[in-house]
Amino acid sequence: MTTAPDRGEQERELQQLEEQLAQLQAAGSDVPDLETRLQALRERVQALREALWRQPTPWQVVQAARHPQRPKLGDYLQRLFTDVVELHGDRLFGDDPAMFCGLARLDGQAVVVVGHHKGKDTRENVHRRWGMPNPEGYRKAARVLRLADKLGLPAVTLVDTPAAYPGVEAEERGQAEAIARSILTLAQLRSPVVVAITGEGGSGGALAIGVGDRVLMMQYAIYSVIPPEGCAAILWRDAARKEEAASALKLTAQDLLELGVVDEVVPEPLGGAHLDPERAAQFLREALVRHLREVQALPPEERLQRRYDKYRRMGRFTAHPEDLLAGGR
Amino acid sequence: MLNWLRRPKYESVERRDIPAGLWAKCPRCGQLVYRKELERNLKVCPKCGYHHRLSGPERLRLLVDEGTFEEWDAELASVDPLGFPEYADRYRHAVQRTGRREAVLTGRGRIEGVEAAVAVLDFAFLGGSMGSVVGEKVARTFERAVELRLPVVTCSASGGARMQEGVLSLMQLAKTVAAVGRLHTAGLPFVSVLCDPTTGGVTASFAMLGDVHVAEPGALIGFAGARVIEQTIRQKLPEGFQTAEFLLRRGLVDLIVPRSELKSTLARLLRLMGAGGEVAVDHRA
Repeated sequence: MTTAPDRGEQERELQQLEEQLAQLQAAGSDVPDLETRLQALRERVQALREALWRQPTPWQVVQAARHPQRPKLGDYLQRLFTDVVELHGDRLFGDDPAMFCGLARLDGQAVVVVGHHKGKDTRENVHRRWGMPNPEGYRKAARVLRLADKLGLPAVTLVDTPAAYPGVEAEERGQAEAIARSILTLAQLRSPVVVAITGEGGSGGALAIGVGDRVLMMQYAIYSVIPPEGCAAILWRDAARKEEAASALKLTAQDLLELGVVDEVVPEPLGGAHLDPERAAQFLREALVRHLREVQALPPEERLQRRYDKYRRMGRFTAHPEDLLAGGR
Repeated sequence: MLNWLRRPKYESVERRDIPAGLWAKCPRCGQLVYRKELERNLKVCPKCGYHHRLSGPERLRLLVDEGTFEEWDAELASVDPLGFPEYADRYRHAVQRTGRREAVLTGRGRIEGVEAAVAVLDFAFLGGSMGSVVGEKVARTFERAVELRLPVVTCSASGGARMQEGVLSLMQLAKTVAAVGRLHTAGLPFVSVLCDPTTGGVTASFAMLGDVHVAEPGALIGFAGARVIEQTIRQKLPEGFQTAEFLLRRGLVDLIVPRSELKSTLARLLRLMGAGGEVAVDHRA
């Protein structure tokens, strides 16, 4: 047995190989034995990727979830839906580019779509605040969700945000109230709701549109009550210990499936959705359509009761604390 | 009753200057206040009006008629669902220090004779943070209120969701909000009292969904922490940001009520909203 290879080294090697591969492809047909060399490189990349991603560390997953090339809402709108019409504005204050709301078809059926809108590049991200909504974003979401209720349309929400925007104006306009009200809207919506956490599930800013009959989570998405950096800063006064914090927080899809917070983990291409966005979208579409069909089959009253019970059961505690408090654990 | 203050916990001045425990220093005006006088004044600084924080039991003694409180779910206690670093020790320490098992006290009692379901968060217990037990007890409070046809009064004082229970804490936002929804559907009143400080996941859930929001003077109320906002915008925050007065101007709370009038105000509100035996005509049918 050899000792376990160093992950950091493997990651660097993978990156180098990927660069070589790209260079070789760019060089084109002048290179002798091009196909043979390409094939050899591809095999080494694949083997390394498999070694790295067979059992990814929580921090690796955090990096995948935040990967700049990770598919964003725009990619999913394009690949999952047809007939997309964006709706703008909360009818109260303004329109928030960090929150997408609209009507669309999924598998031919008209639905309401709500999702955090991260941009594809820095310029777009500045405009969209990296997908961190202001209160008017959550109020727009609640407005459009009420429209779903009125029309009897199912709702699909796509969660991908670092957090609700922490700004002065957000506080002035009632960020907390907007989030609470959006959660309430989803808890009481008669329409079916299926949630997919596609990237970063950043605390209350994510949960605000993350309550539904089914909650799906992509394999390398994360969902957490606090970012690992913030957690490490509080726990150890050292944000650099983010990797330990990422492990402690149990923020991966597999962790949250085990904790009963998500209903299904949607597989991704090995190493992350950005390596094959089309396949990632196919997996997600299949899961969304299947879950939507299941919850649509329920009578509304039963669906609402089940949704209530689902959240009602979340959490772990004891009514027999004697052993615990005696220090037995 | 004035003996509701048995375990004062505010900052004491240096012991070598002044006999222990006789005097307290007001964190706002810096004046020394005779402790007994502070207690008589409901822990409000007689010099500057600063409202010192109250523990859960102190808050209950302030608001609920003596001898009428029946506590619910006192036995519920936290486990350490994630095996989170230092959580078990911190939790046990909080239990030992406060003599209570969690950061919320719930039950039913009378407020100037008006029967209500009450939930009081306790900042002294792990910063009033909401984990599984706090979420469960708050949700049960709203559910029992629906069963018993009682109005609900919550008094919040919390740093937000409890980090040490991870996403399970976050899910308590959804759980408590769903339970508030049932109370609203049942047509029962909910008064949310916002005390110093109320931030994060508690403001972003049940505390901001009251029919009427009452705040104590000067209370810090907000979603994001001041430091996080400053780091994001790279500016100093304006004076008075996220105070009760700021929220009143911004239309987020209905009333700011000094502590001496809190109980009578709550009773008046609850009566006006149909609690306490007044029969309202149901126009919703």
